[in-house]
Amino acid sequence: MDSQAVATTPEVHGHDQEHPAYLRHHFVSYEQQTETASFGMWLFLLTEIMFFGGLFTAYLIYRNWYFPAFVAGSHQLSILLGSFNTLLLITSSFTMAMGVWCAETKRHSGLVWSLIATLILGIGFLGIKTIEYKEKWDKHHIPGSSFSVQSFVNPDSDEEAKAAHDKPLGLDMARKTEVYFSLYFAMTGMHALHMIIGIALLCGMLFKAIRGGYMDGNIAFVENFGLYWHFVDIVWIFLFPLLYLISRHG
Amino acid sequence: MNQGAFEMSEHFHNHDPNSGHSENEQHIVGPATYGLIFGALLVGTAITIGASYLEMGAWNPVVAIAIACVKATLVVLFFMHIKYSSKLMKLTVGAGVFTFLILVGMSLSDYISRAWGQW
Repeated sequence: MDSQAVATTPEVHGHDQEHPAYLRHHFVSYEQQTETASFGMWLFLLTEIMFFGGLFTAYLIYRNWYFPAFVAGSHQLSILLGSFNTLLLITSSFTMAMGVWCAETKRHSGLVWSLIATLILGIGFLGIKTIEYKEKWDKHHIPGSSFSVQSFVNPDSDEEAKAAHDKPLGLDMARKTEVYFSLYFAMTGMHALHMIIGIALLCGMLFKAIRGGYMDGNIAFVENFGLYWHFVDIVWIFLFPLLYLISRHG
Repeated sequence: MNQGAFEMSEHFHNHDPNSGHSENEQHIVGPATYGLIFGALLVGTAITIGASYLEMGAWNPVVAIAIACVKATLVVLFFMHIKYSSKLMKLTVGAGVFTFLILVGMSLSDYISRAWGQW
């Protein structure tokens, strides 16, 4: 019995057995290898969730403390641009999911086009974010020495504040809008940084896919990048209502 | 003996890199599922935007966060394949989310329950 087992073992684990070059020798199967890689990716994403969770907690606590300032600050954001960006990001998550499916089913042109669509949608998101940041710059709503409380102590002088029927805030509370914008830039900025890193990885993946990569069954990179991209989408799913929507009504 | 040898070969068969391993086998999620989830996410976005224009007082943030949680769960289960993953992955993600909720929930309950300004 035992000797028989010993005799058969080298045949199975040795190099006589055909296996793809990308299957590392310490894994019994490609499925085990990909699950291990995905497991590691998930552990990384969970640390990312904790990281963004800290920002969300800070936002909720400060919103509770300086509620009028956070409502007035939130009224400065464009729901139209925010909604459009949400649409772009959810669509890019869908195209990325399709990309993973194309890689799994070895569809070369499908994978290339899915990655191109994801790339364009991701860049589109950052483009709109830039337009929003530019407006904050023009109105001196970037925290720092040039920050202006004009829109909040005198709402009639500000188009957005006037449209939202904001009441003038006292100077003390108006200055707390700087806390709102600090958190706004910290959260959307961190999210945008993740998008930029994702787009860089996406470009590399697209370059390889165009040259026929990922068609040999070794698609761990595509799958784990997909997990990362969906995670970035999830962060935005929470950022959008918290920053743009929940303070429509003071 | 014959029986034993058969089981042995079955055992090694499962370690064959070219054969499917039932426990770890990859489930391929297709375009139909992705399309359905994409549609659900768009509907969720429309509802959350619509709800923000309703006057619900303290319920506005609650509704917005609840819809966001549903959307995030759909993304995790289907786009990120957790519904089709092994128990190890499900438990890991579940434990991570649970820890996250403890950290955020305990921090918030501390701030909310302090007698601010009364000392």
